[in-house]
Amino acid sequence: MNVALPPPEVIVRIRGLAKAYRRGGQSVPVLEALDLDIRAGDFLALMGPSGSGKSTLLNLVAGIDKPDRGTIEVEGVDITRLPEADLARWRASHVGFIFQFYNLLPVLTALENVELPLVLTGLSRRERRERAELALSMVGLEDRMDHNPSELSGGQQQRVAIARAIITDPTLLVADEPTGDLDRVSAGEILDLMDRLNAELGKTIIMVTHDQRAAERAHSTVHLEKGALVKA
Amino acid sequence: MFLRLMFRNALRHKLRTALTVLGLVVAILAFGLLATVVDAWYAGAEGASSSRLITRNAVSLVFPLPTTYREKLRGVEGVTDVTTSNWFGGVYISERNFFPQFAVDGETYFRLYPEYVIADNEYKAFMRNRKGAIVGRKLATTYGWKVGDVVPLRGTIYAGNWAFEVEAIYDGRDAKTDTSQFFFHWDYLNETVKRQMPRRADSVGVYIVNIADPGRAAELSLRIDEQFRNSLAETLTETEKAFQLGFVSMTEAIVVAIRVVSYLVIFIIMAVMANTMAMSSRERLSEYATMKALGFLPGRIGLLVLGESLLIAAIGGGLGVLFTFPVAARFGAAMGSLFPVFNVSPQTVLLQAACAAAVGVVAAAVPAVKASRVRIAEGLRAVA
Repeated sequence: MNVALPPPEVIVRIRGLAKAYRRGGQSVPVLEALDLDIRAGDFLALMGPSGSGKSTLLNLVAGIDKPDRGTIEVEGVDITRLPEADLARWRASHVGFIFQFYNLLPVLTALENVELPLVLTGLSRRERRERAELALSMVGLEDRMDHNPSELSGGQQQRVAIARAIITDPTLLVADEPTGDLDRVSAGEILDLMDRLNAELGKTIIMVTHDQRAAERAHSTVHLEKGALVKA
Repeated sequence: MFLRLMFRNALRHKLRTALTVLGLVVAILAFGLLATVVDAWYAGAEGASSSRLITRNAVSLVFPLPTTYREKLRGVEGVTDVTTSNWFGGVYISERNFFPQFAVDGETYFRLYPEYVIADNEYKAFMRNRKGAIVGRKLATTYGWKVGDVVPLRGTIYAGNWAFEVEAIYDGRDAKTDTSQFFFHWDYLNETVKRQMPRRADSVGVYIVNIADPGRAAELSLRIDEQFRNSLAETLTETEKAFQLGFVSMTEAIVVAIRVVSYLVIFIIMAVMANTMAMSSRERLSEYATMKALGFLPGRIGLLVLGESLLIAAIGGGLGVLFTFPVAARFGAAMGSLFPVFNVSPQTVLLQAACAAAVGVVAAAVPAVKASRVRIAEGLRAVA
């Protein structure tokens, strides 16, 4: 007998989201009255031409930018209403970031880069180190822990960044063009890794990409054009 | 981890950091040296005793006072002892070898100046020898004199060639004591003057008056001067400190200029370091934005910049303070008796440390605020 499973709960609920930037004294709208639901465990690709507002949307969901109007509820918390300090604490525990250019601190080793977000927790130095080692072994870099970013390839640096993103066991993983600076092989490895994080750890991933091949690895794709959602 | 990040950021551009540290070392060293020069200027006043008054001719220090005043001074209620001192102004070999020479009453003078520490047997030898001299340790070291040596001086105020035999070398009771002076018997001077210039005989340059209660210095000064009012040589009495400061005030403009220059040096290095910190901070905007994205609060980002600046300032300041001691020692030796007391004081070290800290804080102020206020979305787009 087949029993239909209930659909996963909505983890991100966006309503009436609007954002405009001021350029040369003029207001340029980037997002307009956008509604979007993202379910827990989803692997969502945000696509669209340059200037369509996909990175802005990602920044708003990740809590690193503030909208002009609208609400963004993540697990029932409207993050648009959080003061700066609370929003920073929320990001530290709920969001893992994967950037196009990795954004590792060049003076820290791979292990220290992964450990960095844990400095904000109450964990001891030993616990932090153990967790960082575990995260690096999950991305297959246990033999590169003491290397500085400049001693790693682009793909390896992105894997360090992914280890850093998952170290705090966040609710959301946000990735802005995670394969944009990588060759095809490395890009494939990164997408495999993200697949695994989604499938095995159940991480909800929101990924901005221009790359059709990357988007095909996502479970669902949302297209943006001129700040509004377009049916795929 | 945070401290490690601060430390590694400070050493990230090794050449830039090394040059900034070098600049700081030079600035803090220069500041310390100039502050020590100012201290040396005031050394005479600082080393003065509060229980000693100086009575001199009211018209000018150039004019002497008769020896007959001595007993009158001794008779003033509150005065415990009186001695005399006479500026000699001789030249040792050439004018370049300047050092102060005084004709004193050996019996009373060193009783009033216990800070000049003299071995008993040497003092007795000095008292026995009419042409004997007592010289300070620094002076003896400068010219390589030892007990038994004959020191020739060419008189300028008191004409003729004079020869003195070094009978004693005195040490200072503490670091503030001037050990670059030359003392000999006033009797010897007076006998010679009597023969050559009888009109100038039986007079002294100043009286040094010891009083029992330093709190009565002003009152006793007035009483002494009152006693000699309308006499042939009216007097002006003041504390030894005020007397010494009178000399310093003649060169006040130089002291002010030195002080201004010392703070100007600090101001310049402040500007240099502020530029260094601004450059570093600007280059790392994307890193600060990343840290903020990860949840670091603006205050911690600001602290990271401030800590880095303070670390560089501490290294440069610490080395500057350390180098001040040997450089000051060599400078003091080179200056000879021009700066009899040339020691780096604890206050100077504290001032140096405070200046280094101020440089660190001020240089980091604007970059720290900018780094802490970086907007994440914009900072992440910044190209390092």
